[in-house]
Amino acid sequence: MTAPATPGVPEPHGAGEGSGPGRPGRDGAGHGETGASGTGRHRPSALELDRRAFRKKQGYRSVAVSMASTLVFATVVVLVLRNTPGWPRVADSFFDLEAARRSFPLVLQGLWLNVRVLAVASVGVLLLALVIATLRTLRGPLFFPLRALAAAYTDLFRGMPLIIVLYLVGFGIPGLRLFPRMDAAFWGTLALVLVYSAYVSEVFRAGIEAVHPSQRLAARGLGLSHGQTMRRVVLPQAMRKVTPALMNDFVAMQKDVGLISVLGAVDAVRAAQIETSRYYDFTPYVVAGLLFVLLALPVIRLTDWYSARLRAREQMGSVV
Amino acid sequence: MADPVLELRDVWCAFGDHEVLRGIDLTVQRHEVVALIGASGSGKSTLLRTANLLEHVDDGQIFLSGQDITDPRVDGDAVRARIGTVFQSYNLFPHLSVLDNVTLAARVVHRRPRAEAEEHGRQLLASIGLAAKADAYPDTLSGGQQQRVAIVRAIATDPELLLLDEITSALDPELVGEVLDLVRSLKASGSTILMATHEMAFARDVADRVVFLDAGRVLEEGPARELLSSPREPRTREFLARVLAP
Repeated sequence: MTAPATPGVPEPHGAGEGSGPGRPGRDGAGHGETGASGTGRHRPSALELDRRAFRKKQGYRSVAVSMASTLVFATVVVLVLRNTPGWPRVADSFFDLEAARRSFPLVLQGLWLNVRVLAVASVGVLLLALVIATLRTLRGPLFFPLRALAAAYTDLFRGMPLIIVLYLVGFGIPGLRLFPRMDAAFWGTLALVLVYSAYVSEVFRAGIEAVHPSQRLAARGLGLSHGQTMRRVVLPQAMRKVTPALMNDFVAMQKDVGLISVLGAVDAVRAAQIETSRYYDFTPYVVAGLLFVLLALPVIRLTDWYSARLRAREQMGSVV
Repeated sequence: MADPVLELRDVWCAFGDHEVLRGIDLTVQRHEVVALIGASGSGKSTLLRTANLLEHVDDGQIFLSGQDITDPRVDGDAVRARIGTVFQSYNLFPHLSVLDNVTLAARVVHRRPRAEAEEHGRQLLASIGLAAKADAYPDTLSGGQQQRVAIVRAIATDPELLLLDEITSALDPELVGEVLDLVRSLKASGSTILMATHEMAFARDVADRVVFLDAGRVLEEGPARELLSSPREPRTREFLARVLAP
């Protein structure tokens, strides 16, 4: 239900509306209580106020119902868990508050590395993916090698498991002794960029192809070249279309960043592993997992909000 | 004659600060054809969309055959199942055949058996001369054919009321005629129609009554011929002079 406008707040009418012959008197047709004054907004009738009150009440009711059902659900889950035969042992080795407190600083420190890797990798992914997507849209026989290369790239890295790419990049490339010694986090970032660019470039390509052909015709009709058309007309619209999908990929990458631990980088996962093996208690993993969730939550909420806004704009206020 | 199918009482509708409908009173009697005219932005389309609850109402009441459909307890889907709507740009479903477009609501909303719905659908398509196109897909049809299919889709479930939203505005001039002929035959068969239109000649010819909207209000209404040939309000005269000028 669309939120009703705040009643009783006087606001000026839109331009060109509040004056001129367009405002004839409402010739007293019997709904006198709803008459609008010359300058203020329409004052809602008693009937409309009743309807709003009813909707509000419905709103409260549904909140109450959802709270009650959540409570019941949570109680059932807790009861079932606590009555499993192994619960005391699991609680001891996975949910030990003391172990959580002990490992927290190190895990948090590790998470800071994840955040930095994530920041660098997402910029890298955006750039590389855009280049690949653009290469794949190039027309003409001259560009065949580039097109084929881009296609092969996306096939390869979408097919290969991230962990294998991590091993190959993290242990293979340094083995060439072509580059100076780099941190494990560097190679991890590179592997993430390689894999995620393959996915994200396909998202970009889908967005580019989803822009209606008439837009391209209109741009070329104005004399814009293929490149100008892409940059000025197609890509801006494509970006808007794929933003929710991109944010979703970002969330996925946010947790895959934890995989760089396999290369030996001391990130949140690795820190948790160290703590775990030191005290034979798995709680640090739970701590790290929860921290990753906390890290992802804002972006997840932002994605939901943005998609809802996009949908609202496309529907132009319609209620279905 | 006092058997109103649709009745709007003091209907208001705003998008943010922009009040699109500002106290509309309007009645459509059974078997009556009412044409909404007015400049773009005067609220014609919004009015039609409030009538089938595709748009919220900020105040006032709308009655469909006596039932207050603006009551928050009313099920909007059930209301819309009783109303047929035709849009400016046809809005046929491109992934369904012409026949499936026509029978979708009958099968899914009204739970008619497929065979029965399809027989009725084929009859309707035959009545507009498109029987041969039943299994074709919408994008293989001309604009006029598509819009006629859209009209048939809207009437396939025998709605109490038909809402037509500028159904000829997206058509080539030579295709307008076939669509308007179909509306004429609907009127002849007794349909109740509320339509927004830019075709003044058509409004004069088919509508029983014409309602002139200006800035979200009903500025003037009356029998079609009378209002269109001798409007009382200066704004109406101005509008008609502009749209009728060659």
